[in-house]
Amino acid sequence: MRVMRYWLLLVAAMFTIAGCKKQPGSSSEILIGEFDSLSGSTAVFGQGTHNGIVLAVEQINAAGGVLGKPVRVIAEDDRGNQDEAVSVVKKLIDRDNVLAVLGEVASTRSLAGGGVCEQAHVPMISPSSTNPDVTKNRNYVFRVCFTDDFQGSVGAQFAIRKGWKRVAIFSCANSDYSKKLSYFFKESFAKSGQIVAEETYRDSDKDFMAQLTHIQSQNPDAVYLPGYYSEVDLILRQARNNLGFKAPFFGGDGWDGATLDANSEGCFFTNHYSPEDPRPSVQAFIAAYKAKYGQIPDAFGITGYDAARVLCDAIRRAGSTDRDAIRDAIASTKDFPGAGGSITIDANHNAKKPIAILEIRGGKTHLADMIQPE
Amino acid sequence: MHIFLQQLINGLSIGAVYALIALGYTMVYGVLKLINFAHGDVYMVGAVLGYELARCMIGLAAPLYITLPIIFLGAMAGCAVLGFVIEFCCYRPLRHRPRLVALITAIGVSLLLENLFQNPHLFGAAPRNMPRLFDIKPIISIPAAGGAAPVTMSNLDLISLCLCFVLMIALSWFVLRTKMGLALRAVSFRVDTAALMGININWVISVTFMLGSALAAVAGVVDAMRYHVEPMMGLVQGIKAFVAAVLGGIGSIPGAVLGGLLMGLVETLLKGYLPGGYSGYSDAAAFFVLILVLLVRPTGLLGKPVAEKV
Repeated sequence: MRVMRYWLLLVAAMFTIAGCKKQPGSSSEILIGEFDSLSGSTAVFGQGTHNGIVLAVEQINAAGGVLGKPVRVIAEDDRGNQDEAVSVVKKLIDRDNVLAVLGEVASTRSLAGGGVCEQAHVPMISPSSTNPDVTKNRNYVFRVCFTDDFQGSVGAQFAIRKGWKRVAIFSCANSDYSKKLSYFFKESFAKSGQIVAEETYRDSDKDFMAQLTHIQSQNPDAVYLPGYYSEVDLILRQARNNLGFKAPFFGGDGWDGATLDANSEGCFFTNHYSPEDPRPSVQAFIAAYKAKYGQIPDAFGITGYDAARVLCDAIRRAGSTDRDAIRDAIASTKDFPGAGGSITIDANHNAKKPIAILEIRGGKTHLADMIQPE
Repeated sequence: MHIFLQQLINGLSIGAVYALIALGYTMVYGVLKLINFAHGDVYMVGAVLGYELARCMIGLAAPLYITLPIIFLGAMAGCAVLGFVIEFCCYRPLRHRPRLVALITAIGVSLLLENLFQNPHLFGAAPRNMPRLFDIKPIISIPAAGGAAPVTMSNLDLISLCLCFVLMIALSWFVLRTKMGLALRAVSFRVDTAALMGININWVISVTFMLGSALAAVAGVVDAMRYHVEPMMGLVQGIKAFVAAVLGGIGSIPGAVLGGLLMGLVETLLKGYLPGGYSGYSDAAAFFVLILVLLVRPTGLLGKPVAEKV
């Protein structure tokens, strides 16, 4: 009899717990999850994205929310760690029961989190992961930025236009972003120039002197460095200060956040946006961001802002909180007026956007060129 | 040839830091037969202390010959206290327990320090750059023939190499020529007999921890100036230094220095001469060298063969 009572208690408890698990949308608000590197060695990525998302959601809520309900973002910090990304996305889906997920800048982490979303059939939009594999063969994962095949070829075109004939590549061996970007750069550049050295490092490395010594000995006109900003800082410092290696370095959107000083003077990188872009949508975004945060946004601010707005627009068009309907609505996004340009999601779940080429000069970035997608 | 020379300099300057950290592993092992896995994190705390001191000092605009010693000595003193506290609170109560218990505690202390410093109120997870105390620039520059890049050594690399050798000589002097050093060697031979000879065992062990931690602090400050400061920086450096200590023969002071310099050289030469796509595997290759050495000499390069008492 006593045992029976415990069993009944247990069963009752289980029902109570199961009852707590809400159906998506049954609550009085629209819940959106965000996973980003709010701390760690790529904290700039996560913080910029988070600021952009918060700004977008604030504006949307001020205008009456989505489907008559306010939008709430639950942000989780993955500390720049791939395993942590998987567990925070699981937490967002299982515990918080979010409708959709926004997240990650670093492609390695978007690939990891995207796998979880794909399995759980939760739509996900990456604001600024550029590795093509992030959305490849994924039904529920989208992005609102360009991909590395475009970014790599723009980098190569730029190098050719600069008259650099001999270029060395220095990439990160265990970053999906760096590997793919250097691959596409090499593919485009090798047609008209010479790759004189190809060196790699690992993301945990702090000392790059050995590889830099080898690169310097090949005497390249420039070095293509598709890395993240904290690595870029260390590499440039060691090249300039320890070796006296003067050749210009150039890279991709991972450079946003790098220290702009004498070491990076005369370097270039391709990016999602430039604050000098005169288009009214960009300038309106910069004004709103500055009013809220008191600083000029970086590229991750604008991509985060656009990702959140595309998602909210899709929920509105879906007209319901059904995740599959939202997925379909994201997939059919057409000519959405994003701050960084018009966004149309193509069959591969990617957006086509122009690339800004930025030059670091006098401790600031300057817009050197704007390349439109074909 | 000049490229090889440059790689030698690169290798020695990172090897010097491995050696400084390895000394701490080897001393603690020599006395307690404990692998102090928290040692890499003591090195991290040294870097953090150096960073905070440098931030305070930079505002005073004092000359370099005052700021640098204060930063180094301050970090050393701070880490010595930390080393004392770790031993006193975490290892001393477990000294008569099986050795595995202390080892697991060491891993626990390591995790505690790493995660404690990730707290944004204490330090935070994002890497921070050391304030610029002096311009790091090539100080020795040997011009190469044919317009190729000259062989250079930066002022910081020179400082770290000199520090490493001076500290190793000072440590050898301490161990071989002072009364405390004699006590330390006696304890490492046999703890209970040393106690019967009137040696204060607890104090000797505390001093060992304090010395090792102070050396790690020097390594931490050098790396803080060379790279940047972050709470996880002790993880990889700590493991490499541990491997260096084993390579040189754990328990042996010259062995730790030899092992550290060798680790730095092997790693750098592999990175520099492996074909480009494989330079990321240089750490794996360096550990492979360790396995090879241990197969031939199981007690390390300078370790004494031990006869197990049955």
